[in-house]
Parts: sequence; structure tokens; C-alpha cells
Amino acid sequence: MIKKLFTGSDWVDALKKTGDLYKIFVPVREGDFHNFRPLEQGTKPNFDFYNTRLSPKSIVYPQSERMFESLNDPEAPDKGILKEAAKDYAPRAIVGIRPCDAQAFQIVKRNFDNPEYRDPWWVRRFESTILVGLGCNDPCPTCFCSSVGGGPFHEEYLDVMLYDLGDKFLAKSITEKGEEFLSKVIGGSPADDTALKKAEALGPAAIEKITSTLSSDKLKDKTVTGLFNAPFWDEVAFSCINCGTCTFLCPTCWCFDIQDEVYGKQADRIRNWDTCMSPLFTLEGSGHNPRENKFQRVRQRFMHKLKYYPDKYNNGVQCSGCGRCVRYCPVNIDIRQVAKLMNEY
Amino acid sequence: MHEYTEKIRDAAKRLLKEGKVDTFIGFKKGSVPMMNEPALITDPDKADLLHWDSNCGLNLCNYLTKRTDRIGIIANGCTSRNIVTHIIENQIKREQLYIVGIPCTGMIDPRAIKRAVKFKEILDVEEKDGRIIVKGNGLEESFEKRAFLQKNCAICLHRNPVIYDEMVGEKAPEQQEIESFKDVKKIEVMGSDDKWGFFTRMISSCIRCYACRNACPLCYCTTCFVDEAQPQWVGKSIDPTDTMTFHILRAFHCAGRCTDCEACERACPMGINVRQFTKKLNKDALELFSWEAGMSEDQRPPMDVYKTDDYNDFIK
Amino acid sequence: MKNPYLPYPVRIDEIITETEDRNLKTFKFVFLNPEDEKNFSYTPGQFAELSIAGKGEIPIGIASSPTEKGFVKFTVNKVGLVSGHLHNMSAGDRMGIRGPLGNWYPWKEMEGKNVVIVGGGFAFTTLRSSIIYMLHPDNRPRFKDITVVYGARNPGMLLYKDELSAWEKRDDINMHITVDGATDPDWKYNTGFVPAITEKKITSADNAIAIVCGPPIMIKFTQPVLQKLGFPPERIILSLEMRMKCGIGICGRCNIGDKYVCKDGPVFSLAQLKELPPEY
Repeated sequence: MIKKLFTGSDWVDALKKTGDLYKIFVPVREGDFHNFRPLEQGTKPNFDFYNTRLSPKSIVYPQSERMFESLNDPEAPDKGILKEAAKDYAPRAIVGIRPCDAQAFQIVKRNFDNPEYRDPWWVRRFESTILVGLGCNDPCPTCFCSSVGGGPFHEEYLDVMLYDLGDKFLAKSITEKGEEFLSKVIGGSPADDTALKKAEALGPAAIEKITSTLSSDKLKDKTVTGLFNAPFWDEVAFSCINCGTCTFLCPTCWCFDIQDEVYGKQADRIRNWDTCMSPLFTLEGSGHNPRENKFQRVRQRFMHKLKYYPDKYNNGVQCSGCGRCVRYCPVNIDIRQVAKLMNEY
Repeated sequence: MHEYTEKIRDAAKRLLKEGKVDTFIGFKKGSVPMMNEPALITDPDKADLLHWDSNCGLNLCNYLTKRTDRIGIIANGCTSRNIVTHIIENQIKREQLYIVGIPCTGMIDPRAIKRAVKFKEILDVEEKDGRIIVKGNGLEESFEKRAFLQKNCAICLHRNPVIYDEMVGEKAPEQQEIESFKDVKKIEVMGSDDKWGFFTRMISSCIRCYACRNACPLCYCTTCFVDEAQPQWVGKSIDPTDTMTFHILRAFHCAGRCTDCEACERACPMGINVRQFTKKLNKDALELFSWEAGMSEDQRPPMDVYKTDDYNDFIK
Repeated sequence: MKNPYLPYPVRIDEIITETEDRNLKTFKFVFLNPEDEKNFSYTPGQFAELSIAGKGEIPIGIASSPTEKGFVKFTVNKVGLVSGHLHNMSAGDRMGIRGPLGNWYPWKEMEGKNVVIVGGGFAFTTLRSSIIYMLHPDNRPRFKDITVVYGARNPGMLLYKDELSAWEKRDDINMHITVDGATDPDWKYNTGFVPAITEKKITSADNAIAIVCGPPIMIKFTQPVLQKLGFPPERIILSLEMRMKCGIGICGRCNIGDKYVCKDGPVFSLAQLKELPPEY
């Protein structure tokens, strides 16, 4: 296990020097919020943030991705035959990811990497990604990671943990992958006992600060049909405007759409993030739509997150408590309130 | 403004008890600071959920489209103008509505407040005597509401509802000496390349969530042009050309109908100035056709009426 | 790593227009690479995604039986963008097939039992696959009596007309073909809705399994008939339709409760469906 101390600027310089071995993603301030961007020459990383606006899921699972290419040219001998588009699986590291977003990758992995089918692009990109987590000294009032199997300094889903000691960062490797990464980040000094003690105290202090909870303990014992027919869905769903904000900002949402687009002589098969909130999501060719009413779609989202997923995988709810849906839903539909309604029903 | 809360609750209770309306649409207090959730009440005993303050920036007219029941609804200036537009465009009938008018002194811009406290976590926001008091962990600051109004509220010329069945208070004095299109004029004088660059940068963070479109009361098409498949007008990926096509075409579909309520910007999770597209078209509608959307039920909008004695030359 | 999104290239060998209104065509596909045909070993009840580059993919039930070698057949209804384009293609054109996907009819449970097949309209495609499979000399001894009720709106809308008459003449299968209404005075078969004919012709649920495949309205009225006859929910088998994209249980679109119609289905017993939310 490697434990090193860096000043803020030394850390960034050391990361820049790994440029040949790893593509590094760091949080960058863009206007009013932060997003993860590749660390290049002119990039100014900014670790002074609560969490990025968009989750880092787009680094492993881009919003729009070309799956296959083919030629649309009637003269071409292989016209209409689909070929895989070139992909980049070079090693990369997401530095500064919060433990909730890292947990989200494991939640989503069960979908993309299962015994029957493996999504080659998601799996290979995830395997080449190292998660260097930044523990949360100051959880937000909308954070509830500790109610869903995570925590502000939860190590289970990370390769390296960064502790923000104020004047310095303490980097501690957790997995073999993380140790290999840290050994290539040249610089810093071995962590001394004072720093280590300070770092160890951050976790418990942070957990004390979490005020939000998501109640889901009784959901396993309820029946699907019981919750499905509960009377509160109309009220929960009234304000929903069926946009994609919750699904696109959520690190544990994974639904996508496959579209073919033609441009001149090239035909591409593309996949784009899609949202179950859209009325088109389940619209069949015949015109029949199993979820044509808004409350059916809103119900689907919460049932999927809090009931179907736990029933299917027996490993907790499909939520890592990051709080983005709570903060940015345009009409303030709050998953914590819906979970309470479901849990108490 | 929050003193209207009691009056709104009373009105809802009364209307539902008397059977004058089947449902009442208003806001209930949100679970995070500076947010309120649109709510539908059918039981007069639940009327105490209703709430009004300077964070009611969403446009409730959005929830009226094609409803068939008798609805009580609260409406300030911009919302009432959208209700008029809805009536003219046959999305709701006047007879179905009982409008509780609210003289509005403006909504606050949550993003501006967050910037002012340098993004420290806000736990509670209170309004008192024209001041906004913001509290958080180790944070307490007070701001003058007038300095933190939403961009549209700062230049609003129609604070009072243009259509109502009862009012919760005295009419608010309308603002004077307002320069309505300062931001549009700044862009109008740019060269072509600069304009294109300006708008490209503006929508570069768009994630095609369609929160702007869905929050807008004007966007009520059963199948939006971006969702059409046969023919497919716009691609569904985040390709910048497709994204620009969506925003510009949507602005044109709202041309001359937009009341500048800023619900689109409030809804956008990426903080994009969606209003910038329609503001230019609102200016054009005013200058070319002397038209402001939703001011009266008796006037048809310029884009859907033709008269043989049209005073514009280009039609002849 | 095998890419489950990549289709096998195929060539259209033959196109037959099945119905009078020309909206249903049967396509016979031949794999361009012989190893692909081996990898595409399927069981009746499964479906595949038909892929046309530049247009998209559609999930269609496999109409041919695995006992028919050298090709695969699909009957496609012209409904939208991809099916419309497919209908305008000709023999010799190339496209792709991804599969086989989904689960199949419960052949293990059906062994030694009487098989009752109730089909309506153009949902009959996987039932054709099942019938040819069962009638094959290698398989016929595994099943007892086979009774088929198949109905369409009128004689012109029946699929596989030649095969239907051939089966009618056999003595190891009982065919009851019906149409909702026939203007042809020479119509020799039944007239009436499928649920009504089912009620008339199916006399017993003893040691029998029923497979029901058709439009939602037909299923809605056939279910009570079968239940009255004594078929328990475990022995009524349905094949569902849902909007699908990936077909492999990853894109998340076709879920009913915690099941994916493309992966845990499309074949479900009524008993299984009763545990799931009625969202289909």
C-alpha cells in the first residue's frame, strides 16, 4: 500500500507527468459548476467542489457513441455490412471522483457485464479506468450515500483514496490497480503519522454531517403488484415534466437508444442516452404504448430504482445517494420523499 | 409576496368546498432551498399545502394543456398571458378556469444567489421585507431582493395578471423606464461569425434533456419535431449541429407566442440562457407587428391571421 | 470479446407476399458465412433483430423451424421505417440478423403432453416454427395430440396458406382455421372469432399445455375460455411484444417489473405474468 503526501500544485504536476501512461480526467470549473475534463497542457484542475454537475459516467459510457459504421455507397462491395467503429481503450484515471459516483459504476456494471451478455465497449472502457476518489469532508444536505450502502469515505469501489487535509492531499492506494497507478505518479513525500491520523479522522467526521436519508429497508418485503397499484403515484407524478434531467444526471441510470444515421455515403449506428421519462420510450410500432400516461412513467422510474433492481440483483437499490436528481429536478420531485411513501405503504 | 400564501390557501379551500372547481393547481413548498413543486389539490383539507414565495418561477400554465376538468389556478403576469395564449390556441377553455390572480413583484434567481454566496451550501432561504436571508453552515447573508431578480423579472412590464377571476392583493405598480432588449441589441450588432460563435458556445453544454421544452407551456405538440421518426428532421445525438437545430427551430415555433416567463432557463440543469433565442423573436414581433403575446383573448397572434387590409407592405 | 450488437451478414434469398393487402411478407435469409448459421442455432419461440444499415433494427419472431436447414424465415408486417424499407428490398440484397434472442416455448414441459396452439393474425409466425418443429419425424413422437386454432380477419389475411392446407390434410395434427368473416361462398373452414372457435373445438385441458399468440384483444378473450376449460395459469403460455432496441437485456427499454421481455421473455406463462405489473 502506497501512502503519499502532495501539495495541491505538486499533485497536479505529478498527474501531468503521467501523461504518456494514463489519460487523466480532473474536475474543472466551467461557469457555475464543475465537470470532469481531460487533463491537458492548459487545463486548470479545481478540486474545490462538492460534486460535478454531470456524473463521470460519460467517461466510461459517452452520451452519444458510434457503435458501427457502414458504407451507403451502392457501388461498394461491402455496402450495408456493419463494421465496428474504432475505440480508445487506453488506460485512463478519473481523479477526484466522489465515492458515490464510484459506487454507481458497480451498480451499473451488473447491467452491462452479466453472465449472458457483456457490452464490449462499456466493459473494456471500465476495465481500463482507474478510480482515484476524493473523500467528502463536507457532505451536502442533499447527500444520502450512507443510506444506500456507501459513504463519504467509502473505499469499496475505489482504487485510490485522496484525503483533502486542507493544505495537502494524502493519496492512499486501495487496490492493486490503484497501487500501480500511484507508483507512476512521481513526486510527493511518504505520509507521516500526523497526516495519516488527520486523514483517518475525516471519514467518521463526515458521516456525522450527513443529514439526509433514503428509507428502503422495508421495500424487499413488499410485493411488486402492491406497490405498483399504490394510490400515491398520481400525486407524486403530477408536477413531473417528463424531461431527461434526472436520468441524464444520474450516475446509476443506463438506458440507451440505438439510432441509425446516414450522412452522405456513410451510415452509422449510434447509441444515445435515453430516458424512460420520455413518452416515446415504450411506444410500439402498432401505436400501442404501455406507458402512455405520465404517472406510469414516473412510477416506472421509482419502481425500477427502488424495487425491480433490488429484486433482480439482491444487492441494494439502484441509487448511490449523490443527490443530483434532488438538486436539479426542475420541479423538485424528491426521491427521498417517494422512497418514504413506498417504504411506509 | 409570501403574504399571499394565506389568501391562496383560503381561495383554494373556498373554491373546492363550494364545488366551483374540481381541482386547484398551485405550488407546494419544495424540499430544497429556492425550489417549489407544482401541486394539484382536489381535497379542500389539503389546501394548506399550498405556498407562494419568490421562488415560484415555473409556469403553471404548462399543466393546463388539454385538461377536461374545471380548474382553479394561480397566475401572475406572465403565467396569465400564457393562459390567454392557451385559450386562443384551443388548449383550454376559458369556462373551465377560475383564475386567482397574483400581483407579482418578481422571482429571485437561485443561480445568482448561489454565486453571491460563492457556492457555499445553502440550507435555508427566507424572505422578509424585500430582503432575501440566506443561511447555511457557517453562512448567513442578507441580500436586497431587487438586486437578485430573475433576468426576465428585472425587465418585466406586465407584473399583474391580464386575466383573472379574483385577485389576492392590490395591483402591483408596473416598472418604469425599462430597457427591454438590451441583451438582444448587444448580439444584433455582432458580425455573423461572432453571432454563430456566441450561440455555439451558449449551447455547448446542452445534454438534450428537453427540460426547457417540457417546462414551456407553449410546447404542447403531441409529437415534437425532434421526436419525429418518419421523416427524422433532427438527429438524437448530442452532435452540435443537431442541438443547434433543436434550439433554433424551437425558438421559431415559439415566435410571437413567448411571454418571457424564464421557466425554460429555470428548468435547464446546465444553466443555459435558453431565453436568448426567443427574446430576439419577441423583439421582432413587437417591432414588426406591434405584438406582445397573451395580452388579450380577443386578438389573434400575428403568425396565424391574415387580413386583406394588412398594414405591412411585404405582404402586398 | 464477442460483440453482441454486431449482426451476422445475410442475403435475401426469396420474398413471398403472404396477405392480400400486401402488408405482410415472408423473407427467406441465407447467411453469407456458413459458420454464422451454426452459431445461429435456435429453438422455436425465439426472435432475432433484423438489421438494415442506415435504417435500424426490428425484433421479429423466427418463423422457420430449426429443422429447416440452410436458411431462416421471418414474416414481417409493414409498420414503420425499417419494416417499410425491408418491404421494398429485393432478392439478392444484403442486410444483417442478430440473434437468436430471447427464450423459447417450454419444450421440456410440453413433452408427453397434448399441445393446444391458439394463434391470431400475424402473430402466428413463431407458431409456424413450432408446428413444423413438432411435425418433424424426429420430434413428433415426443408430443401427444396437437390441436391448432388459427384465425385471421378474412381468408386473404391468413399466413402460410399452402402450408395450412397441407397440415389440414395430415392426421397427426388437428387444424381449425377460422376467419372473422368470409365473403367467399366456397370457404370450407370455420367462421367466427378465435376465442369462440377455441371454446367450441378445444374440449379438454387434461394433460395439455396451451400456447397463445396474437393481438392483445384476442388474448384478452381467449384467456377466460382456456381458464374455464381448466387450464391452470402455469399451463397457459403467452409470447409478449414490447418496444425493443438492443434485444439482449442491456438498454433497459423493454422491462416489465424486474424482467426483460427480450431476455427473460418473450415467452412467459400466465402464472409468471400474474406476478408482474400489467405494463404490456
